[in-house]
Amino acid sequence: MNTPLPVSLLSARRLGDAAGGLLVLLVIVGAWAWATAAGWVSPIFLPSPGATWDALLQGLAEGELASASLATVERMLYGWLLASALGLVLGTLIGVSPALRAWTQPTLEFVRPLPASAVMPVAIALLGLSPGMVLAVIAFGAIWPVLLSTVHGFASVDPRLHEVARVLGLSRSAFIAKIALPHTLPDVLTGMRLSLTISLVLAIVGEMLASQTGLGSAILMAARSFRAPELYAGVVLLGAIGLLSNSLLALAERLARTHH
Amino acid sequence: MIRAIGPRLRGLLLPLLALAAAEAAMRASGAQSDAFARPTEILRAMWTAAQDGSLAAASAQTLGNALLGLAAGGGIGLVLGLWFGASSRAGRWSALTVNLLRPLPSVALVPIAMLAFGFGYRMESAVVAFTCVWPMLMFAQDGVARVEPRLVEVARVLGLGGIRRAWKIVLPAALPRIFVGLRLSLGIALTIAVTTEIIANPMGLGYGLAMAQQSLNPALMLALVIWIGVLGWAANAGLLWLQARLFARRGVRA
Repeated sequence: MNTPLPVSLLSARRLGDAAGGLLVLLVIVGAWAWATAAGWVSPIFLPSPGATWDALLQGLAEGELASASLATVERMLYGWLLASALGLVLGTLIGVSPALRAWTQPTLEFVRPLPASAVMPVAIALLGLSPGMVLAVIAFGAIWPVLLSTVHGFASVDPRLHEVARVLGLSRSAFIAKIALPHTLPDVLTGMRLSLTISLVLAIVGEMLASQTGLGSAILMAARSFRAPELYAGVVLLGAIGLLSNSLLALAERLARTHH
Repeated sequence: MIRAIGPRLRGLLLPLLALAAAEAAMRASGAQSDAFARPTEILRAMWTAAQDGSLAAASAQTLGNALLGLAAGGGIGLVLGLWFGASSRAGRWSALTVNLLRPLPSVALVPIAMLAFGFGYRMESAVVAFTCVWPMLMFAQDGVARVEPRLVEVARVLGLGGIRRAWKIVLPAALPRIFVGLRLSLGIALTIAVTTEIIANPMGLGYGLAMAQQSLNPALMLALVIWIGVLGWAANAGLLWLQARLFARRGVRA
């Protein structure tokens, strides 16, 4: 395994892996099609892949699913940006001061693992069933990965860099902008990727609970009226949104790490 | 004087001060709210719920569903992860499917589980199970793939067969990573169980929380939020403690 393979062999293996990966996926979709065609599972809760595909195309063409997807993506992005900005600012404030870190750490450690969806009833009592409520909960739930990775990034700045900054006579803000923040960036991006995943989940939960337009409420309605193909089409779209956003940020993270 | 306080106490001081300030402010203003309650009222609501057994019953339902889902999904993830880790081809061929399924937000499955199982423990633990497959799979696969190849070589030279090699060499070496996966999965399982209850399933702590909000009982609502936080924190702390005791000598880090 460890001996270097000739390039042609290596790319041949990569091609083989890609074919194998596709094969596994096709087998699984095939098993799904077969199980529904043979009538092993009720089409009420498992429609055939074909019916799901048709519902997906029709929903996108009629614009219903397209506008719901757009609403969910928009909600997710706004909440995520809010969480990232707040997390970065608060994380920097806490991160640069060891004293503040000592004071706040235990509180942060307790609040962080709290399921953000458990905060949603409190937010509903405060803000009502509004889009602002959903945004607030997304921001609250998605802030932790960014906040904690920013704090961690600042705390892990090499002490020698502090000395270098002192020798160079850098002011505190110059130290943050020129040394600490660039050092922290890869950590922050990792945190932001996690935040985006949480944002999508909370956007869906918020839409379901507060009946806001979006894929979350669309799939819940489809389930309540036993429209399984539409339900699965919505779930497929949510999976695609999750996959796409995650891959994009993974790419950004890789770029940031290679630049350091 | 503040310097004299130990770092542990210092961390506790902030939440205690905030609670005292909230208590004083709410007593002074006499404000009534649907979203907030005085800390002493929250404590009393928690005490009442603990005394009449409703807190224990709801906790048992939520924990039961979370653990059932963790056992089912975590078990599937563990088996698949061990397989994908041991056979590099299985790992590479399954990667596409795993990468397509893993980013699917698990709450999107709540409506599907509703259609398939109706309400009750089965639909909730099914959603939890789907969520727990992935972290267990990733950590088990990673744990096995990281096993020192020379260790396996030695076992082969010693004439250990495939099954005994897996049981005696590979599994013990991968166990620390698997345990980390288990700890993370437990936290995720609790979160998803509570979320499913808040969205749809009429049982457990999440449903109690949603009901407390709808019946305008902020003291009970906040008591349940805090209790859910305590449960999640305690589960994680317990497993961290166990992890430190079990694998102390191996120097594992999460």
